[in-house]
Amino acid sequence: MRPILMKGHERPLTFLKYNREGDLLFSCAKDHNPTVWFADNGERLGTYRGHNGAVWSCDISRDSTMLLTGSADQTAKLWDVQTGTPLYTFNFDSPARSVDFAVGEKLAVITTDPFMGLTSAIHIKHIATDPDDQTGESVLILKGPQGRINRAVWGPLNRTIVSAGEDAVVRIWDSETGKLLRESDKEDGHKKPITSLSKSTDGSHFLTGSLDKSAKLWDIRTLKLIKTYATERPVNAVAMSPLLNHVVLGGGQDASSVTTTDHRAGKFEAKFYDKILTEEIGGVKGHFGPINALAFNPDGKSFSSGGEDGYVRLHHFDPDYFNIKL
Amino acid sequence: MVMAAEQPSKMRWGELEEDDGEDLDFLLPPKQVVGPDANGIKKVVEYKFNEEGNKVKITTTTRTRKLAHARLSKRAVERRSWPKFGDAVHEDVGARLTMISTEEILLERPRAPGTKQDENKVSGDPLAQMGKGGAVLMLCRTCGKKGDHWTSRCPYKDLAQPSESFIDKPLPSDTTTAAAAAAGATKGAYVPPSMRGGGGANSERTGTDMRRRNDENSVRVTNLSEDTREPDLLELFRPFGAVSRVYVAIDQKSGMSRGFGFVNFVTREDAERAINKLNGYGYDSLILRVEWAAPRAN
Repeated sequence: MRPILMKGHERPLTFLKYNREGDLLFSCAKDHNPTVWFADNGERLGTYRGHNGAVWSCDISRDSTMLLTGSADQTAKLWDVQTGTPLYTFNFDSPARSVDFAVGEKLAVITTDPFMGLTSAIHIKHIATDPDDQTGESVLILKGPQGRINRAVWGPLNRTIVSAGEDAVVRIWDSETGKLLRESDKEDGHKKPITSLSKSTDGSHFLTGSLDKSAKLWDIRTLKLIKTYATERPVNAVAMSPLLNHVVLGGGQDASSVTTTDHRAGKFEAKFYDKILTEEIGGVKGHFGPINALAFNPDGKSFSSGGEDGYVRLHHFDPDYFNIKL
Repeated sequence: MVMAAEQPSKMRWGELEEDDGEDLDFLLPPKQVVGPDANGIKKVVEYKFNEEGNKVKITTTTRTRKLAHARLSKRAVERRSWPKFGDAVHEDVGARLTMISTEEILLERPRAPGTKQDENKVSGDPLAQMGKGGAVLMLCRTCGKKGDHWTSRCPYKDLAQPSESFIDKPLPSDTTTAAAAAAGATKGAYVPPSMRGGGGANSERTGTDMRRRNDENSVRVTNLSEDTREPDLLELFRPFGAVSRVYVAIDQKSGMSRGFGFVNFVTREDAERAINKLNGYGYDSLILRVEWAAPRAN
C-alpha cells in the first residue's frame, strides 16, 4: 500500500479520530489547530482555530456536526464541524486532556491534568442540544487517581466511566454517583503509565496501551483481563480493527531518547497483532518518530497513524491484508 | 516582411502534417481498449504511422488503483462539497500538504507464515540483536555466518580451520613444482625436477614420497550427495582418527560436487575402521561407498 502523507501539523500529533461514517478524519496535535481531513484522499477540509495550546484529544458527535476538543490552554471547546466556528468554551483551572461524548451526546467527560497544586479530575459536563443554552457547570467531578488521567471514556449505557492514566491503574466509576466501582489489580494491571485506551466498536471491551511495553484487553463491565499483547516498545497508541480480529499498537522510544539511538532501534512501526492469539501479524513502517495516535476507519479498510514527526499517515489496506493467515 | 514570409511556410508545414495524418488514418485498425480487469489493469492498443511511414502498434498497459472503496452515505456526499474553512481556505497551491507516499509500504510479516514463533525472537527483533553487539558488524570469518557470533567464538572453528589447511595441502606437490617452474621461468633457466628444492641424490625418492603420502591410507568415498563439502566429510570421518586430508571433487565448470571425494588418515588402522563402519552408511539420503583408494594408474 502507498500511504497518504498529511503534513498539516507543525508539531507532534496527539490524537486521531474518524467520524461515524468514516469519511472525515480529525487530527489533534501539539500545535493549536485541530484539523479535519477527507479520509479517502487525505485532502484538508479545514482547521479549527481558537485554541491557545496543545490539543490533546477530540471527539466527534454521531451526526458529525459537533466537535469537542480538549487543550492544554485549560479549555475544552465545542465546534461546529462544518464551518470551524467555536460554539462554546469550557474553562478549567488546569489543562484538559481527554474528551469523550456519551452515547446520545447529552453528556461529555473531560479530564483535567494535575496542575499548580490541583489534582487531576474527571468532569462530566452536560451538553445542550442548542449551543446557546450551553453552560459550563459540571454534573459531576471525580477525583482520586494520582497523576495524570490520560484517557476517560464512557462505559455501556453511559452508566460507567472508564479511566486510565499515569498511575497505571484502570478504574471504572459509576457515572451517576461518582463511586469507584472497580480497579485493575497489581498482578493483572499495567506496570507503568497507561498512555492510551480504545474501546471496541460494540463497546464490550477495551484495549489499553502502556509504557510497560504491553497492551491489555479488558472486559468493560467486569474489568477482567482478557488478553495481553507483549511488544518491545513503549506503547503510545492502540486501536482495534472493527472488521478483523486485529489490534494495532503504535509507539516507539520516548521522543527524548530518539536522537541517542539508531533509527532502526526506535521501533516506530505500527504493529499488528492477532486479537485472539496475541501473536504478531506484521508491522507497518514509515514514521520518523514514535507513533502517538492511531485510529481505524469504521469500515476497517484503512487506518491512520500520527507520529511525533508531525505527519499523519493514512493507509488504505491492500486487498491481501484481508486474508492474511498467521 | 519576415513575419509574412514565416507565416505561410509554417502554415503549410502544419497543414501538410495534418493532411498526411488524415489521409492515412483510416487505413489503420481501430483503437482497442481491453479491461480494466479485476486487478485494474487496462490495455489500450493503438496503431500509428511513425516518421518513416511504417505502421506501428502501440500497446499501453495502465493500472488504475482505487484508493478507497467507500460507499459514501448521503450525508458524507454532502460533506464532500463543504467549503473549506480555517487555514484550509488560503492554502497555497504549492503547499502540498497531502502527498501520496512514493514508497510502497508493506505490512511486514515478522516471519514466514506457518513458522514457529521462536524463530521470530531471533530474526524479528533487531533491538535484541543490537544488544548482542553490533549485529551488522558481527561476521564470522570462519563460517561466514552473519550476526551470530564473532570469529573467535565460532562453533565450527576447529572444524573449518583444518579442512581449509588440508585443502591447501594436497596441492603443494603440484604447486611447488609449478612455483619452482615459475621461479625458474623468471630466472630464465630451466631447472630439471631432480635439481629442484635443493634436490640432489634423493630427489627422485622425495617425488615418489609425495605420491606415496597422498595415496597412503587414502580412502575413497563415492556416492556423496551434491551438497556434501569438505567440512562435512571431515565431520563424518574425524571420529575414526586423525585425518590429514579431505578432498571433495568439484566440477570446475558448474561448481557442483562430482559426488566423490578422498579422505586420508594418519594411520592405516583408523582408515580401516572408517571403511568398515562407513561403507554402506546412509548419508544425506544416499548410501556411501567407502573403500581404499586405488593407487593412480601411472
